[in-house]
This record gives sequence, C-alpha cells and structure tokens, in this order.
Amino acid sequence: MKNTPPLSLRVPEPSGRPGDKPDFSHLKLDAAGAVDRPAVDTTPADMRDMAFSLIRVLDDEGNAVGPWNPRLDADTMRRGLKAMILTRAFDDRMHRAHRQGKTSFYMKCTGEEAIAVAQGMVLNREDMGFPTYRQQGLLIARGYPLASMMNQIYSNAADPIKGRQLPIMYSAKDYGFFTISGNLGTQFVQAVGWAMGSAYKGDNKIAAAWIGDGSTAESDFHSALTFASVYKAPVILNIVNNQWAISSFQGFAGGQETTFASKGIGYGLPTLRVDGNDFLAVWAATEWAEERARTNQGATLIEIFTYRGAPHSTSDDPSRYRPGDEHEHWPLGDPLERLKQHLIKIGEWSQEQHTAAEAEAVEQVRAAAKESEAIGTLGQSRPSVKEMFEEVFAEPDWRLVEQRREVGV
Amino acid sequence: MAEINDKIEADMVDQKDAPASVAPASGIAPMNMIQALNSALDNKMAEDASVLSYGEDTGYFGGVFRVTDHLQKKHGLTRSFDAPISETGIVGTAIGMATYGLRPVVEIQFADYIYPAYDQIVSEAAKMRYRSGGQFTCPMVIRSPYGGGIFGGQTHSQSPESLFTHIAGLKVVIPSNPYDAKGLLISSIEDEDPVIFFEPKRLYNGPFDGWHEKPVSPWKAQELAQVPAEKYNVPIGKARVMREGNDVTILAYGTMVWVALAGAEHAGVDAEVIDLRTLVPLDIETIEASVKKTGRCVVVHEAPKTSGFGGELSALVQERCFYHLEAPVTRVTGWDTPYPHAFEWEYFPGPQRVADALKSVMTGGR
Repeated sequence: MKNTPPLSLRVPEPSGRPGDKPDFSHLKLDAAGAVDRPAVDTTPADMRDMAFSLIRVLDDEGNAVGPWNPRLDADTMRRGLKAMILTRAFDDRMHRAHRQGKTSFYMKCTGEEAIAVAQGMVLNREDMGFPTYRQQGLLIARGYPLASMMNQIYSNAADPIKGRQLPIMYSAKDYGFFTISGNLGTQFVQAVGWAMGSAYKGDNKIAAAWIGDGSTAESDFHSALTFASVYKAPVILNIVNNQWAISSFQGFAGGQETTFASKGIGYGLPTLRVDGNDFLAVWAATEWAEERARTNQGATLIEIFTYRGAPHSTSDDPSRYRPGDEHEHWPLGDPLERLKQHLIKIGEWSQEQHTAAEAEAVEQVRAAAKESEAIGTLGQSRPSVKEMFEEVFAEPDWRLVEQRREVGV
Repeated sequence: MAEINDKIEADMVDQKDAPASVAPASGIAPMNMIQALNSALDNKMAEDASVLSYGEDTGYFGGVFRVTDHLQKKHGLTRSFDAPISETGIVGTAIGMATYGLRPVVEIQFADYIYPAYDQIVSEAAKMRYRSGGQFTCPMVIRSPYGGGIFGGQTHSQSPESLFTHIAGLKVVIPSNPYDAKGLLISSIEDEDPVIFFEPKRLYNGPFDGWHEKPVSPWKAQELAQVPAEKYNVPIGKARVMREGNDVTILAYGTMVWVALAGAEHAGVDAEVIDLRTLVPLDIETIEASVKKTGRCVVVHEAPKTSGFGGELSALVQERCFYHLEAPVTRVTGWDTPYPHAFEWEYFPGPQRVADALKSVMTGGR
C-alpha cells in the first residue's frame, strides 16, 4: 500500500442551506400503488426490498390506488381528516400562546399530522403508545381533552402531571399514551419491554413506539431492535424520518448511506417504509404491523418518511440552517391537503365542508383555551407547592418530609 | 470471571456436593448469601406470577454467581431467562414491564457494568412516578454484585452506590449477611418503587473481615446464616445494630460491616457497629441515637472517598449531632483512584485502617 493518498474525513452536508434553492432531486420516490403488499406472515428475509421502496396509496390526483389501499369508509377518513385539522389548529394556537408569554415552550408537528392521527386510530386505546414529543395527534385523535393538554402546557393548577414537567411532556395512561421523557430514545426500548410483558402475561395488547430519525443514533435504538427481535415482542417500532434533528439533517444519523428502514434488516425484523404524508399509506402499514404483532408474529420496523414543516421548537429558528421555503418544495406535499383532495375526489367532502371543519377546529381550540386559561397560564396558576415533594416515592421518606417542612408547605 | 468464581467457591469446600445456590426446601437451615438470594427469588416467583427474572447468563445457566440457579427449571422458561448483553436493554425493557404491571428482577452481572443502563435508571425508572403524576410506576429491582476484595481489578470491584443515592426516586439496598439478603430482597421485590440492590460478592460464600491472610470461614458458622426457607421480610429503611458499644459509632454496609467488627476488636475499642442495610431510605433515627450516645463516629466504605456516601453520612451526623461530638467524624474509605489489581490490600479499607481511625477518634482526632 505505497503511495496511497492522505486520508480525508467526510462530514455530511444537506442538499440545501439558507439561501439555496430547495433540492429534493436525490429522493427516490415510488409512484402510488407501485409497491407490493406482502402477506403479513412473510419472513423478513423475503421482504427486504420493502426497506428501500416507499409505500404510497394516494396519487397526485387524489386517487387511492394499489395493494396498500386500506379501503377505509368515508366516515373514518373524515374523522381522520378532522383530527389532523384539529391537531394543526391546536399547534397554531399553542405556538401563539408561547409568543404571548403564556407558556415557556412548545413544539409543533406541522406536516407530520397523518402519522400520529392514523396510527392512533388504528391501535386500540388499551394498547400502549410510547411517543416522542411530536405525536400529540395520538391524544387528539383519541379525544383526550384539549383543555387538559393546555393545562399541562401552562403548568396550571389543573395540570394532570402537577406542574412537574416541561410543557408538552404529556402523560395519559388511560389513552394509551406513555409518559414522555426528555431523554431521547429511552421509550423505544421500554415499549419493547411493555410488549414483552403483555406477551409474558398472555395478554392481547400490543405496544407501539416512535423515535425520530436523529434519535436512531442513540444506543437504545439498537437495544430496542435487538430485544424486539430476540423475544419476538408484539411491538410496532416507528421511525419518523422528518429529515431534521434540530439543525442536523438526517445524514448525521446515517440516513445518507441507506434508508432508516433498512436498519431493521440486520436485526431480522420485517421492515416497511411508508409515505408519512399519505394518511392511507400510514394507516395501511400500521394495520399490517398491528396484525403481525397481534397474531404473535413479532415486531415490525416502519420508517415513516415525512418533513418537519415547523421549527424544531419555539426555541429554534430553522432559517439559520435550511432553505426558508424548503417545506413548500417537499415532494410528498401536505398530509391534510392530500386526504382532503382524496375525499373531495370521491365525492365525500367539499371545500365548503373543509372550511367549516377548519373553523370548527379553531372554535374547539378556542373553547378549550378559554377553559384552561380561566384556570391560569404559566405563572398565574400552579399546583400546590406540596406537589413538588409528592410521588418521588409511593411514600415520602424522612428527608422529603423534612424538606417539605423547610419550604413551609 | 470463572477464575474469580472458582476462588470464591474454593472457600466453601463443605458445600461442594450440592449446587451452590439451591437452598433447603423447608425449615431453618444454614444458607450462604447466594442460596439466601436464590431462596428469596424462588419464594416470590412461586407466590406471584408477576415476578420474573432475567439478565446475562441468568436463565439456563443460573448466573455466573449462581444466584438464579434452577429458577428456570423450576418456574419455566419465561419466568427466568437469558438476556442479550445490553445493560440499557435489560433495564429499559424491565422498566417497560414494570409500567405494564409486572415486577421484574433484573441482574446486571457486575455493578461495574451498570453504567450503560445509567440513563434508563436515572432518567426513567427513578422519575417515572414523579413525572407522570403517579400514572405510571416502576416496581422493579436491579440486582448487581458489587464491591472488591476479590482481585477483581478495575471492572469487577467497584462500589458505585453514591451514583444512585444521589438520584431522587431510587432506593438503594445493600445486605451484609444471608438472613438480611433474603429478607431485604423480598422487601425490595414487593416495594412499589425501583430498588438498586447491591450484593457484596465478597460475602457470597462467607463473611469476610478483611484479614485476607487468614482462612475464610463459611457462612454456616454464623447465626445470620440461619435462614428460613419460607418467605419473610426485612424492612427497607431499618438499620441493624451489629454490635452495641459506648465509645464510638461505626457506620458501615456490605462487606465493611465485617471489617468494622474486626477493626473494633483489633483496636480494643467499645464500638457500636451499625449495618445501615439501606442507604436510601436511610435509618437516620438509629444513626442519630447511636452517635448521641457515643459522641464519636467513623464511617467505613469501600468506594472512593470524594463524594462517596460517607460524605453524606458525615454531613448528616455533623448537622444532627454536632453538640454531642467529641471528635471529628472520620471516614475510612477506598482511595480516590480506580480500583487496582496488584494493590488490592493497600486499596481495600481493611481492619487495620479501621482500628487506626478508631484509636485516632478516641484521642480527639487529627
């Protein structure tokens, strides 16, 4: 090996930076209906191609086509669309509430509404979802009170988790919504354990977990896939690839060399890759994985391909690291627009109904805000300071008793 | 680790005939600490279908220290099984199981290897009840052999208890004898909160007082090795006074309880030796009453000195017993170095160092 050139370090770069023209020409996108639907009992080895293709149902004209069409009735689709509209209206209101100083923090899921809403509707409420901080649609699709979400965001006296958590770190056990942690990736492996517990007990519940593209780099991602595969846990492992982890494009999580879905192959897991802005495709893929888990055939890894339309959080300014209009050029469009177009196409929806639904969602959010803000926004109202010392343990030990007395509560 | 295990096994020749870990089926009989822990798991698994055990090599093989021996055979493949070599996976899945409603007891093969699971323990298990407003709870036990005195070198000797006592929401339990080991493990499994259960591997097969050149005696000869085969509890949060005395209080746990007793005897000082048994919650009443009686306090632990649990104990004694103290609270601990191999007995805080500290506090301290 004489005369080899000096080594060089590669640092990945996204396809566009601020001021650049958005460029998604590198994406390989299958046409709607083009990808086969393997039988649910297909061996992982026989469906490896699925990790490199993209399941899509809705075409550019709003037709639902191909083997993955879940053939939903119009009522179900309308419910899904309304839940997505409501999720977006909620996000807009709470983002504004932050700007008005009513809370310290918020995170929107703009562009990703189809994921949590569709999956939340497919799964049973008794199943346990292990979400990240960007699956608020799960709660909204299941009818969790919007005012309770706001109470948590405002840390007010009616906050269900008693003012102990950063806004949006909801916890709603009765709605199959696991307590959110700030530590990324941790819930992915816990979901596998929950599913193992259900299997151990001979129960019929399954678990579902979500992780972002960036957090797949965490070691818990690897552990989750290993345990899910080894113990054939009844769990759906969702990677929401929205292209961005704060300012890092998904290439920094290893997404430039391969798809995130393909990572399942090495673990012997069946793997799907789906258009995340296509409500029907997300629904169908989830249903496939659900049936597999529910029939004791084990876990499925799903990469859900989408784009983070909004800033990472209220503390983030994406114009400093990506083209300002990149979202508008996202080739998979907007999930609300696409389902709306389909429903109109099949004669089950109209622009008038859509406008009315949007107004109704805004009104629903406004009513909830009125209810929540009557209790108080951040700093105006809060749970008793006693709550600071409660539930560290089932019963406080002497230190907590003494410290609580020291605070005088 | 076979060589370390063999060395420990060699200390208990009289028990070679039976599998090391299988305890007598009924009545009160001598058990070593391994058998006592095995018996606790066996009792709880027989009684409660929500109790299950897993970890690296803990299933078919029964654990590298035999604590889970025969449990798979007796209770079934899904009750006691083997896990991938992933501490974060083991603890993370156990958290999931506990929030589902089970009571997993997982093993981390050596406390030195608990760090990959630290995020799951600190950020998740410890905070589960608090952050969810009580909606999700985490009744699980993480068992792990810990401590030195076995030529385990850097990564088979550590005592990381202070990394867990510092974390709100965790209980930390460390037994020093077979009777307590069983009763405390049962109480830990029944506890509604996550428990870190450190087992002093130096004590698995016999008490060890730190006089390393003398032959080691088996547990059999000890009163605290008379263990009921049936289920019983030793309460979490209660210390045990191992030796009553009037001159000085020694606070110790794990292997150091036996070293403290030997050190007191060597110094000829009438020391009150307290085995803390649980570090969180701590039995502050017993500590306070003893130090107020003796007026002196020596804290002994294997872990390094700086920011070790001894610092917390000294501060508490100073805060609560200041006007009763006749000498500075003194700490006898491991040094602020990684745990060395060749210098085992210079590092390990043995009875001579304890005796020196006792003599020092009896003459007013440094």
